[in-house]
Amino acid sequence: MTDTTAYIRPKYVGEPVRRLEDPRLLTGRGRFTADIRLPRMVHLAFIRSDQAYARINDIDTEGVRAMPEVIGIFTAADFTHIPEIEAPSKMMSYQATACPVLAKDAVRYVGEPVVAIVASSRYAAEDAAALIEIDYDPLDVAVSARDALAEGAPKLHEALASNVILERTFATGDAPAEIANAPHKVSGRFNLTRKTSMSTEPRAYLADYDVGKDELTLYGATNIPGIVRDEVGRLLNLNGNQIRVIAPDVGGSFGGKGSLYPEEVIVADLARRLERPVKYVADRLEELTASSQAFGEEIDATLAFDAEGHFLALDAEIIGDIGAYSIYPWTAALEPVQVASFLPGPYKTPSYRGRVRGVCTPKPPTGPYRGVGRPMAVFAMERLVDLAAAELGMSPVEIRRRNLVGARDFPHRIGSGIIWERSGFQECLTAAEDAIDLTALEAERQRSGKWIGVGFASYAELTGIGSRIAVAPGMPMNTGTETASVRIDATGAITASFGLSSHGQSLETTLAQIVGEELGVRPEDVRIVHGDTAAGPHGTGTYASRSAVLGGGAAIKTARTLLTRVKQVAATLFDVDPERVETGDGRIFVRDTNHSIDFRELARVVYADMATLPMEKRETLEARETFDPIVGTTTSSTHVAVVEIDPETLAIKLRRIVVAEDCGKLINPLVVDGQVHGGVAQGVGAALLEELKFDENGQPVTATLADYLVPTPAEMPDMDVLHIETELPDNPGGFRGMGEGGTIGATAAIANAVADAVSHLGIGINSLPITPNKLHALVVATREPNGQE
Amino acid sequence: MSDRTHITLTVNGEPFEAYVEPRLLAADFLRDEMGLTGTHVGCEHGVCGACTITLDGVSARSCLMLAVQLDGGDVRTVEGLGTTREMHRIQQAFREHHALQCGFCTPGFLMTVGEILDTLPLRDDGEIRDALSGNICRCTGYDHIVKAVRALVNERDGVSDP
Repeated sequence: MTDTTAYIRPKYVGEPVRRLEDPRLLTGRGRFTADIRLPRMVHLAFIRSDQAYARINDIDTEGVRAMPEVIGIFTAADFTHIPEIEAPSKMMSYQATACPVLAKDAVRYVGEPVVAIVASSRYAAEDAAALIEIDYDPLDVAVSARDALAEGAPKLHEALASNVILERTFATGDAPAEIANAPHKVSGRFNLTRKTSMSTEPRAYLADYDVGKDELTLYGATNIPGIVRDEVGRLLNLNGNQIRVIAPDVGGSFGGKGSLYPEEVIVADLARRLERPVKYVADRLEELTASSQAFGEEIDATLAFDAEGHFLALDAEIIGDIGAYSIYPWTAALEPVQVASFLPGPYKTPSYRGRVRGVCTPKPPTGPYRGVGRPMAVFAMERLVDLAAAELGMSPVEIRRRNLVGARDFPHRIGSGIIWERSGFQECLTAAEDAIDLTALEAERQRSGKWIGVGFASYAELTGIGSRIAVAPGMPMNTGTETASVRIDATGAITASFGLSSHGQSLETTLAQIVGEELGVRPEDVRIVHGDTAAGPHGTGTYASRSAVLGGGAAIKTARTLLTRVKQVAATLFDVDPERVETGDGRIFVRDTNHSIDFRELARVVYADMATLPMEKRETLEARETFDPIVGTTTSSTHVAVVEIDPETLAIKLRRIVVAEDCGKLINPLVVDGQVHGGVAQGVGAALLEELKFDENGQPVTATLADYLVPTPAEMPDMDVLHIETELPDNPGGFRGMGEGGTIGATAAIANAVADAVSHLGIGINSLPITPNKLHALVVATREPNGQE
Repeated sequence: MSDRTHITLTVNGEPFEAYVEPRLLAADFLRDEMGLTGTHVGCEHGVCGACTITLDGVSARSCLMLAVQLDGGDVRTVEGLGTTREMHRIQQAFREHHALQCGFCTPGFLMTVGEILDTLPLRDDGEIRDALSGNICRCTGYDHIVKAVRALVNERDGVSDP
């Protein structure tokens, strides 16, 4: 054995390894919460408010009590032992809302749960729901955020000082004064309407109570099982070791399954009270009216710049329509405050002032959604950048190049206080520009007279955030650490457990690639356990583009600790120095010798053969390490969209999307591309299709998927994803988070492309989604004498 | 509501008979009574396509059908396509191209792809996108799904991959 190439360890990180979760999901053998059936299981249905804001006078359940299939009917009066759900925050000026698990005296949005019915089948529960009458007295309320903000507006929560439950201002320099004296400025009011995560799997929960052990197991479609366990336990007065939350296969979340919901608390409580498994599966109407919603923000912003296009100052007033309650644990500050903190974006703008206010309205609570705050911030800023370029007659690429933080300028602090670390800001812009033939598109536009538009959007985001930065402002919870536990069992098999919770991110594959790479075993021989509070170490879940950085970092640290022990044992067996021991492809060996065993043999010696190893050499083949990146990493990207608008129908066709992004080292390029594609599709939805509409009384009018439109394959263009790797970030794997960026960049790039396509009409695109109908209204407005842009 | 109707049907090649409530949805029958939970329910109004099965060889939304409508029919669900050890070629292509993430919509896509491969020319990616537009996926952005179907069409037509 002299050929040293035989010892070169195969590389798994960076390879398009086929997903280990695929076989079960492709053959219908996955297990989603709704698929689980337990003996004696009963079914829960909710009666939800059909009023936006009303006092509950009476709930008449008489007609139902005699139905044999009905096991129980529960109202707020039956849950007085459960405290209201409140999301605390250390943020000054913040007012928490009290959200009862069932509406108590008043309902505050259409879709709020009022009555819970338990029956032998879901069909029977819904039969009963149809016979229960709730008498409401509608109350005066301000439905729009602007009205709710006004002096003397009726309050949605009587106990609070006003409808404004949070306010925060970021300031660096004197932006208003700079703007007043600046040679050039552009302004706009930008609006990103409400939308929703719309994962294809509706939320579902199933609680199973073991009376003998006084233990509760809650299966749930959630991406934060650890947080749910801790808070449901607190609300129900259970210790952490009496409650286990399992997220089995979860059909997407995008943020919508990333908060605590009253339904989870009720299912858990009723399973204990009834001593039977209780199951609740939401239908699509409930998803569209009672799962957390996104955006709903309006920004008035002004950008000042000099004659060379250098940005001088940015000023913004932001109003967030946060809905009826401040959601647990993130609070209502999560989304709108992040708009203000990320608005300056990847640019060098010396002065900034951004004030944000979050206002309660009688609509479903807003919560985390892919991109959190940044889709709105980047949409507004990138529109301003294009307006500035137009004012100076400069190309959109050139003005970005002049203002993006350059390679030598890192670390760079922006006006809100965020610090960008080295990332490929300029490199991504250049790569995106090179991928698009602007000259050919311009020639086509001139030749054909087609309404073709090209839009650029550059952004940066903080990902893999450590313990020094709260994911949500003022939230008294640490989300900056993750722990891995890796063990080699008596058969030599390797299991790695995490507090993360994969719901489409492919963590069973990517984390196995990482552990396999570090230990020297094949990824398919590593089993990843996640989404089970009893099986894994402490962890808060998968959200905020954190799992690759935090979970991956913990996996690397832990595998290295374990590898040291493996080498210690092998060194004793081989009678060599531990430093000479290597591993690869499931073998443990010493180069240029015949010392070579597999992990099974190693495990046998440690666990079963008490003669070979002296007591003091018997290592524990298990390790557990925690990783905390302290701050976070900077992910950057430039997106380009090409659109073509039909002058007759105003149909907007997306021809192409290019994404150039720097997410550090790729763990699995197939998975990274898939994440980018999926994020872009949600950006396409935000820009062109998706809008939750409410009438003047707060009634939702987009309550089916025929009204709330998401992209189908026919609306999606060809996508090119370019991976730019600059200096790797300072974390064990060199990874940056990248699960959300697609949605952040595409939304703004498409808005700019549509604006470019209709620039000859003098139309600005200030509100998304932009649809043919809305475009028509803008076109008509330009033709009318009194029309305004 | 306890009046039940007798139905006989074939599911994935196996004959069955059952007594069902006339109002029972076909999707609920397959999932809850047959235990075939691979058929997923995403919207219950026929838009998302997650519940797609084939009935007598033609794709159908099992959330828009009643179990009694399956009487005398030949039903195929994702469980009848292939197994984890021996996947159907469509399933293999989806895996090779990373055409699924959370996997919830996937069974519906697989059933639709099986039908369009049999019935449509699918000359270009635009035709593939149109043929798939009755199925919603929220994770993948469809790019890898289109690539997987393109590979299957090329195999069908004896065209080598470019």
